Amino acid sequence: MVKFLLRRLTVAVLVALTVLTLSFLLTRLSGDLAISIAGPSATAQDVEIIRQAYGLNRPVYVQYLDWLFRAVQGDFGDSYFFRDRVSNLIGARLPITMTLGLVGLGLALIVALPLGIIAAVRENTWLDRTVMMVALVGQAMPSFWLGLILMVWLGLNLGLLPISGTGGPEYYVMPGIVLAFSAIPSLMRLTRSGMIEALSSDYIRTARAKGLSRLSILVKHGFRNAAIPVVSIAAVQLGFMLGGSIVIETVFAMHGVGYLAWESISKNDYPVVQAVVLVLALIYIALTLLADLLNAVLDPRLRTA
Amino acid sequence: MMPSGDRSAESGEGLNRPAENASLLEVENLRVTFGGTAAVRGISLKVEKGETHCLVGESGCGKSVTSLAVMGLLARGGKREAERLAFAGTDIRNYGEREMSRLRGDRMAMIFQEPMTSLNPAYTVGSQMTEVLRRHRGTPRAQAVDRAAELLGRVGITAPGLRLGQYPHQLSGGLRQRVMIAMALMCDPELLIADEPTTALDVTVQAQILRLLAGIQKELGLGILLITHDLGVVARIADRVSVMYAGEVVESGPTAELFGDPQHPYTRGLLTCIPVPGKVKRDEPLGSIPGIVPRIPPGYVGCAFRDRCPHAHAECSGEIPRRAAGPGHEVLCTLPAGWPEGRMGRQAA
Repeated sequence: MVKFLLRRLTVAVLVALTVLTLSFLLTRLSGDLAISIAGPSATAQDVEIIRQAYGLNRPVYVQYLDWLFRAVQGDFGDSYFFRDRVSNLIGARLPITMTLGLVGLGLALIVALPLGIIAAVRENTWLDRTVMMVALVGQAMPSFWLGLILMVWLGLNLGLLPISGTGGPEYYVMPGIVLAFSAIPSLMRLTRSGMIEALSSDYIRTARAKGLSRLSILVKHGFRNAAIPVVSIAAVQLGFMLGGSIVIETVFAMHGVGYLAWESISKNDYPVVQAVVLVLALIYIALTLLADLLNAVLDPRLRTA
Repeated sequence: MMPSGDRSAESGEGLNRPAENASLLEVENLRVTFGGTAAVRGISLKVEKGETHCLVGESGCGKSVTSLAVMGLLARGGKREAERLAFAGTDIRNYGEREMSRLRGDRMAMIFQEPMTSLNPAYTVGSQMTEVLRRHRGTPRAQAVDRAAELLGRVGITAPGLRLGQYPHQLSGGLRQRVMIAMALMCDPELLIADEPTTALDVTVQAQILRLLAGIQKELGLGILLITHDLGVVARIADRVSVMYAGEVVESGPTAELFGDPQHPYTRGLLTCIPVPGKVKRDEPLGSIPGIVPRIPPGYVGCAFRDRCPHAHAECSGEIPRRAAGPGHEVLCTLPAGWPEGRMGRQAA
């Protein structure tokens, strides 16, 4: 188990370093930073001043090492646009995005797991087909469109929920539903296929031959094994939700990391863009690592692998 | 329980009342169909208390389906019908899933052909063993663990304490089958159904497992229904044998009687397939029965073996009578006793 942990951790750190390097290179590849910061109306002298001020005149590897050294300490420099530390900007907005992602994933799991299990138990009945049909529709529905529909219906017509903005728990309901809706189909299909496979396995026959209760057969013996791929996909989905919150946060005008990314991209605010990409990537890596660990808890065979 | 020795009570006993002298398992005219295929076509057999009854036949003849039907474990789409299906004198034909689950694992247990996949990979041996006892008896964990360790020792596993904490993938096939056997014994069942328990194992391990089953049976006095295609196994441990072909029992009888005086051409064919050291000559090919077990549609009439039978004649496509062939020995065949040229080996009893 310790060996397994160490190996996964090493891989995670290596991937993180690669991401750090890539996110540095990404901004340098898009041309001379000093020129784009200075703007189209700047003189050559202005550009030179900016180059000096931001240290862009130093050799690239020095810039890289300097940036890396600061980034590891959580220092991403100052925003060009917001007149604030990048770390402060992200620190203030990350909780909003994280909450939104967790609400979305939570809702998705609450709906997808039971439906997937029911569809598997009732395989090839009208119930199964209905559930799969809903999954298909859900998969085909664009999330910004669903967001607008919900705004009109729940917000304007019924007046149940605030339409947009950042605030108390009620502000997370609609975006949460929209995010969940995008994750439900794949989680449900995976739960269903995993359960169908598990339920037809020999160990389920053994569990039945032992006279165990239906609940124990389905959940303890069946779902425990079907859950392994679901955990992996759930982690990926959460990463998707955090990264993809750019659309949802913009639609619902929630001031999370996604909204920040959208603002800073439109303002050429490189340090912020760079940091947002980096933070989201690191979260993604952490989630994958977490999924691996959870799977190792679920499946003892993975621990020795 | 019935007051034993009270004769008047016994006389008023209905078919569904458990009787002291009832067979452990009685199956009469069991039929199982899967859609358009008749997998089991009217099987009758009995397992007495403390007896080993072997069900023998080729792959696909319906042995496993029979055992699963008895346990109520048929796969979806399987339909079961029977004139009688009684466990310890109680008719269990109309038992629902809930009632069957109370019996299974408690009074009737089953082990399977595939030791590699029959245990849940996600749980330790100990957890899987103790849950049987906890489910049926509500035994506290500590006591259940003691019982599991005791049984692991009983089935010849050394260091039971260590094994209880291990996962199935850490055990060999032979060890897993021993675990399955120990798990089946957790609640002291009266009937053990073993569906080809040694087929997937090495020859040396096969012998160990069979010896173990025979030993356990003597010691605990349980009835065993052993499904196998291996007549060598049958000869060593069976009290009674039923030979199955295409969903029917074509011949049944006490082991010595049936082996000494096989009547059905199929049984005789199977017996020539076993190599006997000293008797089989070096360059002579071993016996074999050409062809495969046919797929039988519902409503099929006549002997299902007739297409592969060297002695088939016109009568074989009609209704086949079941005739007595010796003490407790029955055969489903149109050929007269003592075909082709007088009874082989010995006199009729």
